[in-house]
Amino acid sequence: MSLLAFCEWLAATRGSIALHESLVMYPLIESTHVLALTLFVGLAVILDLRLLGLALTRVPVTDIATRLLPWTKVGFTVMVITGVLLFYAIPVRTYQSIFFRVKVVMLILAGLNVWIFNNRVFLRVGEWDRDARTPKAARRAALFSLILWGGIIVAGRMIAYNWFDCDIQPQPAIVNFVAGCVVPPPAP
Amino acid sequence: MLLPFFEWCEQLWLGQFIVGSNWLFPVIESVHLLGLSVLGGAILVVDMRLLGLGLKNHPVTELARDARPWLIGALVVMIATGIPLFLSESVKCYYSQAFWNKMTALAIGLVFTFTIRARVTETESVGNTARRQAVVGALSLALWFTVAASGRWIGFS
Repeated sequence: MSLLAFCEWLAATRGSIALHESLVMYPLIESTHVLALTLFVGLAVILDLRLLGLALTRVPVTDIATRLLPWTKVGFTVMVITGVLLFYAIPVRTYQSIFFRVKVVMLILAGLNVWIFNNRVFLRVGEWDRDARTPKAARRAALFSLILWGGIIVAGRMIAYNWFDCDIQPQPAIVNFVAGCVVPPPAP
Repeated sequence: MLLPFFEWCEQLWLGQFIVGSNWLFPVIESVHLLGLSVLGGAILVVDMRLLGLGLKNHPVTELARDARPWLIGALVVMIATGIPLFLSESVKCYYSQAFWNKMTALAIGLVFTFTIRARVTETESVGNTARRQAVVGALSLALWFTVAASGRWIGFS
């Protein structure tokens, strides 16, 4: 089963239709998704700014990691649950959204960035925990994080706009390719 | 009574310029959201501390002092992007209950943040008991949550 076929199957399920047609649930889930940004990205930004030496420079990095990151994880969990529900409500259009695809790529990169940070940079945090100026690798990870999460927010917001939707044709070939649109060949 | 003012706002060139563009509204709105996440972090790190959560082994005054430039910077971004968004749909806002809820909470939130909350977070005083700190932190969170939630709701109405 292709991903598109899976999304079409998903879109036909009762839950998806109910969510899609609900006048209250969809805005509520969407609002929760947006507001959880403050908890998740907001606190992640605090850690990034600390790593960049731009805020809380007297607070050891491990303090922020142990005391704020649990809250970041709460925010992340809320974002994932509401995000999955938002996708579930509108599967096919979202799957074929350029912005959604860009967002997924950036999410993977952000995850990779966290993984590298945890498994390389942070392992030796004991050596620079209290330094206002953290090692270059830590600052680089923080900068990537800020750029990626900013990009994810912008791309996520843009999913709502239909400029590049598959049902709006003609589109440039590159748009149809990236969005995975199934476009019938022009009539002879 | 205020409707003529809102109608005047909407016909200003900036709002009309945004209305005339496919891209400007979403782009400005995205920056508004980026501001939201920074504002959220700057407020949460202090309010959570006031509630005895998060960085509780550091003094409130230290956290508040470090968060302050980011709080103010984020507020400036939010207002600088919020005004053009408003100008592009002032009349819709006039008829939106969510808009009025947001503006009410925003006005109270700003005054509260720069008076009572500032006094409790930026000065060392024996009067700043744990209970007073918790009340101020909870009120601040409630006010800013109302601003953000009703702000999002403007788009649904």
